[in-house]
Amino acid sequence: MIALLAALGRFALGILRSLGHAAFFFADLLRFAPAALRRFSLVVAQVHAIGNRSLVIILASGLAVGFVLALQMYYALVVYGAAESLGLIVNLALVRELGPVVTALLFAGRAGTSLTAEIGLMKAGEQLAAMEMMAIDPRSRVLAPRFLGGIVSMPILAVLFSAIGILGAYVVAVLLIGVDAGNFWSIMQARVDVWRDVGNGIVKSAVFGVICTFVALYQGYETQATPEGVAYATTRTVVIASLGVLSMDFVLTALMFSTG
Amino acid sequence: MRQFPAQEHCSGPRPAPPGLSADHPLIEIDHVTFGYDVTRTILNDVSLSFPRGKVTAILGGSGSGKTTLLRLIGGVFRVNRGRVVFDGEVVDTRDKVQLYRLRRRLGMLFQFGALFTDLTVFENVAFPLREHTDLPESMIRDIVLMKLNAVGLRGAAPLRIAQVSGGMSRRIALARAIALDPELIMYDEPFAGLDPISMGVTANLIRKLNDTTGATSLMVSHDVQECFSICDYAYLMSLGGRVVAHGKPADLQASEDPEVRQFIRGEPDGPVRFHYPAVPLAQDLGVTP
Amino acid sequence: MGKKSIETLVGLFVLLGMLGFVFLALKSANLGSISGSDTYTLVARFDNVGGLKPRAPVRSAGVNVGRVTAITLDGKTFQGVVSLDIDRRFQFPKDSAAKILTSGLLGDQYVGIEPGGDEKNLAAGDNIAQTQSAVVLENLIGQFLTGKAGDAADQPASAAPAASAAAEKK
Repeated sequence: MIALLAALGRFALGILRSLGHAAFFFADLLRFAPAALRRFSLVVAQVHAIGNRSLVIILASGLAVGFVLALQMYYALVVYGAAESLGLIVNLALVRELGPVVTALLFAGRAGTSLTAEIGLMKAGEQLAAMEMMAIDPRSRVLAPRFLGGIVSMPILAVLFSAIGILGAYVVAVLLIGVDAGNFWSIMQARVDVWRDVGNGIVKSAVFGVICTFVALYQGYETQATPEGVAYATTRTVVIASLGVLSMDFVLTALMFSTG
Repeated sequence: MRQFPAQEHCSGPRPAPPGLSADHPLIEIDHVTFGYDVTRTILNDVSLSFPRGKVTAILGGSGSGKTTLLRLIGGVFRVNRGRVVFDGEVVDTRDKVQLYRLRRRLGMLFQFGALFTDLTVFENVAFPLREHTDLPESMIRDIVLMKLNAVGLRGAAPLRIAQVSGGMSRRIALARAIALDPELIMYDEPFAGLDPISMGVTANLIRKLNDTTGATSLMVSHDVQECFSICDYAYLMSLGGRVVAHGKPADLQASEDPEVRQFIRGEPDGPVRFHYPAVPLAQDLGVTP
Repeated sequence: MGKKSIETLVGLFVLLGMLGFVFLALKSANLGSISGSDTYTLVARFDNVGGLKPRAPVRSAGVNVGRVTAITLDGKTFQGVVSLDIDRRFQFPKDSAAKILTSGLLGDQYVGIEPGGDEKNLAAGDNIAQTQSAVVLENLIGQFLTGKAGDAADQPASAAPAASAAAEKK
């Protein structure tokens, strides 16, 4: 019995310690971010690696989600004779929730795992140690630019996801189903608010960008320098980042959209 | 000792800094004890000194703490007891400014090169120059090509790291390590996994670089033959982090100490036992008398 | 990949993002409509504002002319005080009426302005004198019932069962 309690205590302390370690790591990323901004070409290269390379999957997913959303919402709305509001429903669903969240989940899977694997393998190949021996701090040269690259890329990707989703919904709703095009856009324009809906969605995606990139970099940096270690770390990146995004989404939604 | 044809690299031996005599050692390990945690002690009250301008080898089996010594000199870890002295200065790992300053005076060759795989050969060698100096690109280009020429790989400059063989990557890493003309060059297992030709090339380069630049070279290895052919002095370490013997190669080869003889001659059994500790075979097989 | 081409591609990426945002803001949201600068404020007091919310539209003849900016309670008269931001292009006569209406059958509520006939127009900060409160469903049902009860009082025999049946239904 005592042994069980002791084990539980050790487990809890271990979690606290790793939380603290992660917090210090996050503080380091923030500390070195301004220096990375001065080496702007590094950040640009990372935005390319993280953002540009995710474009295809984000756009494809956005289009698909837009198609399906239009179809499903039509089936639901037509029962109440409210099919004209299809554009509005799709827009709000995308811009407020699906855009930021689905993009963040895809981002964690595509860009997050690639960041984790890259940093983990650099650590395994002693590249980070070599940099330290050359009196160059790998946190400012390698980690901070990737952190900034992720934070810049996420909102852009989320916006593109929502935009192409709306276009996809237009194709299905107006061209395929036959909802009136004029109503599709006008009802949407009347009720969607730039600052409240689009703006809050962008804020959400920025927060998700911070979460996903930070988790990816941390897992890569702390991984064991073996193939199993890297595989385990990439799994943890996706799981922890996804859970973090989903819980923060709940908190942010409650904060942003609760007041009438 | 091998004799090598003279080749152009730099002007000549570096003069000693004022205030310290030319034969004052560049690095001193002074009664150092170190372990990563309380359960394992890697180095146990060891004292070594590495003379300026010479090639010194640190030999020993795996787990004898050789690579750890290099990490301590580079200030990666803090010693539990004792001090590491770099050119008269005690290395304090908490002083980041001092560490930065000291690390700029050394170059390290990692065991498998540790090249930056996302950059080309040229960019790898140019990396320390671009990070630490404000030299114009044209000058950096000249310096990089000269360094690559010194290791015989000037033609490989535009290649990506994935296209480069193991032996070549060590040489590129060496070119990168000497990009800023360091006073101390550390080699972590420079001969491990190389074919005889590459080993010869590497040994040649280590000796030649040392002589032409006046730098101090520190080699960590377990390849006795190659090391003895180029080093001026050697330390032999054993499991448990002790210095077993030290001296000139000729003296070590003539030594009567059983541990030294076993290592140098490569005898399978001696003070370092062949068998991992176990119960007697008869007992394990169940045929106890 | 050369440095220049990376920078170009990243620039393209950021540009795409900005275009996407502009699309979302203009085509799908309401940024293109009333902006905050060219407006003047009018005040209207209602006995009951119903479900009116801030940022609800203000319409006249069905056309959007402004927005509700704030709704508060007057501590002395206990009336709802609604502030309206009206586009400067539209001026209304001093005797115009403000009503709280519902778009569609179950839609959101908005403020409708019916113009009066006065030659002078409402100036910035003016109070709209004539107002009609929102329709409250419970009051409507109550009126219907008392109306029915009133009919029953005139014809007690036949209407009493109808009134009690209506009361039971409620």
